[in-house]
Amino acid sequence: MIRPDAPVLLEIRDLRASVDEQPILKGVNLMIRAGEIHAVMGRNGSGKSTLSKVLAGHPAYSVTGGSVLYRGEDLLALEPEQRARIGLFLGFQYPIEIPGVSNLEFLRVATNGRRLAQGQEELDTFAFEDLVRERLQVVQMDPAFLERSVNEGFSGGEKKRNEILQMALLEPLVAILDETDSGLDIDALRIVAGGVNHLAGPDNATLLITHYQRLLDVITPDFVHVMAAGRILRTGGKELALELEDRGYDWVDEELASLEAGEAARTPLEVA
Amino acid sequence: MSSTATVGDLVSQPYKYGFVTDIETEKIAKGLDEDVVRLISAKKQEPAFLLDFRLRAYRQWLQMQEPDWAALGFPAINYQNIIYYAAPKQQEKKSSLDEVDPKLLETFEKLGIPISEQKRLSNVAVDAVFDSVSIATTYKEKLAEHGVIFCSISEAVKEHPELIERYLGTVVPSNDNFFAALNSAVFSDGSFVFIPRGVECPMELSTYFRINSGDTGQFERTLIVAEEGASVSYLEGCTAPMFDTNQLHAAVVELVVLDDASIKYSTVQNWYAGDENGVGGIYNFVTKRGQCRGDRSRISWTQVETGSAITWKYPSCVLQGADSVGEFYSVALTNNRQQADTGTKMVHVGPRTRSTIVSKGISAGHSANSYRGLVQVGPKAIGARNFSQCDSMLIGDHAAANTYPYIRCQQPEARIEHEASTSRISADQLFYLQSRGIGFEEAVSMMVSGFCRDVFNQLPMEFAAEADKLLALKLEGSVG
Repeated sequence: MIRPDAPVLLEIRDLRASVDEQPILKGVNLMIRAGEIHAVMGRNGSGKSTLSKVLAGHPAYSVTGGSVLYRGEDLLALEPEQRARIGLFLGFQYPIEIPGVSNLEFLRVATNGRRLAQGQEELDTFAFEDLVRERLQVVQMDPAFLERSVNEGFSGGEKKRNEILQMALLEPLVAILDETDSGLDIDALRIVAGGVNHLAGPDNATLLITHYQRLLDVITPDFVHVMAAGRILRTGGKELALELEDRGYDWVDEELASLEAGEAARTPLEVA
Repeated sequence: MSSTATVGDLVSQPYKYGFVTDIETEKIAKGLDEDVVRLISAKKQEPAFLLDFRLRAYRQWLQMQEPDWAALGFPAINYQNIIYYAAPKQQEKKSSLDEVDPKLLETFEKLGIPISEQKRLSNVAVDAVFDSVSIATTYKEKLAEHGVIFCSISEAVKEHPELIERYLGTVVPSNDNFFAALNSAVFSDGSFVFIPRGVECPMELSTYFRINSGDTGQFERTLIVAEEGASVSYLEGCTAPMFDTNQLHAAVVELVVLDDASIKYSTVQNWYAGDENGVGGIYNFVTKRGQCRGDRSRISWTQVETGSAITWKYPSCVLQGADSVGEFYSVALTNNRQQADTGTKMVHVGPRTRSTIVSKGISAGHSANSYRGLVQVGPKAIGARNFSQCDSMLIGDHAAANTYPYIRCQQPEARIEHEASTSRISADQLFYLQSRGIGFEEAVSMMVSGFCRDVFNQLPMEFAAEADKLLALKLEGSVG
């Protein structure tokens, strides 16, 4: 839902980041308002997953330039846990297994951290059980998963559902879902997408990172961004995703090549 | 703490029990010979049988070699450079706590072990041992009403010599090993517990060991006897000040369990571990063994080992009685330059004896953590069963974990199972928890306590939370 007067939740300006001194993001610009669903598409290695990890604060990535404002606040100055508590959520492409830590306990600690940050009361064990059982329905998950260790021995689809369950509990303002569709069969995809649609509302925003159109068949984006070589090359509506599906990414390469040629031609002049 | 710090920083939390109590101490001269053994015995006004026991042990010790099979490295210990007896100058154990030097009470208060009447823990009786002597035992009278004897071993020698003579050294003979022989020769104090036939001890019993002097060895001796049908849960805790020298701690613990009786023995060991470069810290060489003498008897060892520069400790069960049960639950955490070689021995003698071993080793920093365990099944142990699980967790890139399981089985129908795993706290796991709003250190402690849960569940309730906190504290700053 596009409302030009909706508050800006996330504003990314000329964001640059590298991993092991290798530049990956080379100037990303993106503005997300409340109520919007954005999709970032692009080939492997285009920098889309890096973008999601930099926003969540993964320590392996260092920001080398640019800025990110989250509701006007400097997001990059915050620790990952602080970002989560104020409402940023990253759904992992490969959710991590944590043996020995009960899923229920993990969900409770995480939820209470978020609640405290919003000035709400912590939930005790019983109140939380009620809440979690209600939210389980969003992703049609078996309560038995609560008793197991976090993601341990979960199938790919179960892990992704557990991610969406976390999102349902944390009620983020900006949810970044990194390749949430990967490894899902069609039924699981429908359930996960149903959960995301259910949670999307006028006050929050969703940033989908995906390879394929098939996720966008079930979650309709307001904006589609095409990423290549660490930049957003083109932005359009949902039809841009269909165009990509039709034409593939080759035109992206051409556009990128001419862009880089232009920059290469300009650079000596600037130096001079 | 910043998430960009590394896992390697997490164990550098300052040791909060490292203070020294300034109190006048009576010490004997350094060194060990037969006269020192006689002197210790004389100071304690011991009966002849005990002096004989000590002298025999001393002579055996002279013939023995320090064991060198453990995966531990440390400079040679000079046994002549140790003081074998030190006691706060306050002769005669006081009849009332009001007469105990307030400095001592304060010391234990600071350690979180209040022993004064008003503040003491409501359902835990405490024996407080300071350097070589016991300074106070709480709830003695109340326990006596149930026929339970709980006192320092020195008192027991005076008041119940027949029990001491009957049981002392019967589980760990004085020539059992080098350190047990040394202890048998020079032991100064420790706790004695006697639970008579059919009595379920009405409260938790606990001994708190405090080393205060810098150049003194601590050689305590604990003896717990549970007669037919009796049961008791006992907990020991230990701390010591920070010195840049090493102190020797060589304790012996003996448990005797008769028909249908049970002893649950828990340890939270937090001796000073030395600094991050491995300077100072306690050398902890301990012999702990329990004998399930009676049918259907049970011994359960639970240990949380977080301190000491060196830990050499194998709480064991000799399962003699038919259907007797031995259990060993252990968490050993090493950090910085700490070294631990710890585990258990389960010796199955009687028929249908069962044993369970759950060992969790956590190594951080540059430490080395070894599990060493023996499961032995004799020819008469028909239907014996054992289950062992040894898990190791590595934090950072410089720590080591080893597992040395030994199995000797002379009973073809015995069932012995062994499971082992090694895991690591990864940066990705930490980031995952953080990205859900869980702070870095809470994330580490969640994973560590998850790893240790099977063991913590065995601790008396009052101490399980304590143990959890202790581990978190020990690991603070070691991950990142």
